[in-house]
Amino acid sequence: MKHHIILRIVSKILIPIIMLFALYVQFHGDFGPGGGFQAGVIFASALILHVLVFGLENTQKVIKSTTLQIFAALGVLIFAGVGVVTMLLGGEFLNYNYLAKSAVSGQHLGILIIELGVGITVASVILLIFYHFAGLKADD
Amino acid sequence: MFICVIGISLLRNLFAGAILLSVYSLLAACLFIIMDAVDVAFTEAAVGAGISTILVLATILYTGQECQRHIKIKWAPLVLSLAVGGLLIYGTMDIPAYGKKDNPIHQYKVTKNYLEKSQKETGAPNIVTVILASKRGYDTLGEVVVVFCAGIGVLLLLGGFKRKSKNKLNTTNETDNEEVPS
Repeated sequence: MKHHIILRIVSKILIPIIMLFALYVQFHGDFGPGGGFQAGVIFASALILHVLVFGLENTQKVIKSTTLQIFAALGVLIFAGVGVVTMLLGGEFLNYNYLAKSAVSGQHLGILIIELGVGITVASVILLIFYHFAGLKADD
Repeated sequence: MFICVIGISLLRNLFAGAILLSVYSLLAACLFIIMDAVDVAFTEAAVGAGISTILVLATILYTGQECQRHIKIKWAPLVLSLAVGGLLIYGTMDIPAYGKKDNPIHQYKVTKNYLEKSQKETGAPNIVTVILASKRGYDTLGEVVVVFCAGIGVLLLLGGFKRKSKNKLNTTNETDNEEVPS
């Protein structure tokens, strides 16, 4: 795709906006529609656009496949870790009431953190899958 | 949507089929929006119309656009699938009419509890997120683990772990003879 100047420039403009929108969906998920799953998919799609336009090698310079594997595990760890932390603070597993001083802010904090975990896992797993689908051709 | 489904089953061009599949997902997302299920519509549009279409297209790159033409109609599976489909449609007759006031879901205690209390308890106006992340936290944790496992499965199937250099050596001989359609 080296010759498609319009595609390259338009996607250069679009990719940051898509990422920003993904972050908005991620952290605004408790007020508007959205949440970790959707945000993860949108964030991954920004990077997939990068792969489609600039090629797999250039995207893998941005985020390596091995880094993505770590991030995929990290998301699950954040989610489950919140559960363990609530247990250590005296509540049940994933009972966010104990995360902060008041139950309401604890719930709010807990929802934000676990949505972040969901988002990280979903984005990195989808990107990983796409890397390996796109990488099949590179191996030929 | 029905036109899309019939088109997908009749078309022999896989590329057109993939695009129709994407159109089907987008229509489904519109349907969800009409039913006021914005979160579900969001997911359907992003995953169904976006990511899965790209993955299907990436697969078509390796398999080729046309599928084999002559498909014999086997009667036993056809009758069986029609029967199961008919049973499912018969089952939907028992679902209460959409949007009626006295449907069981509106009279159930839990619904009322969620609608009235969830914002007070968590400070988050989006009840869907509250239910997903807080009330049903275990389920969501399970879902995330499922996504994670799916990623690991794909990596194992496509040889994403460190055996990649070996795979390169093995596949070069086999794939040299095959044409890769662009």
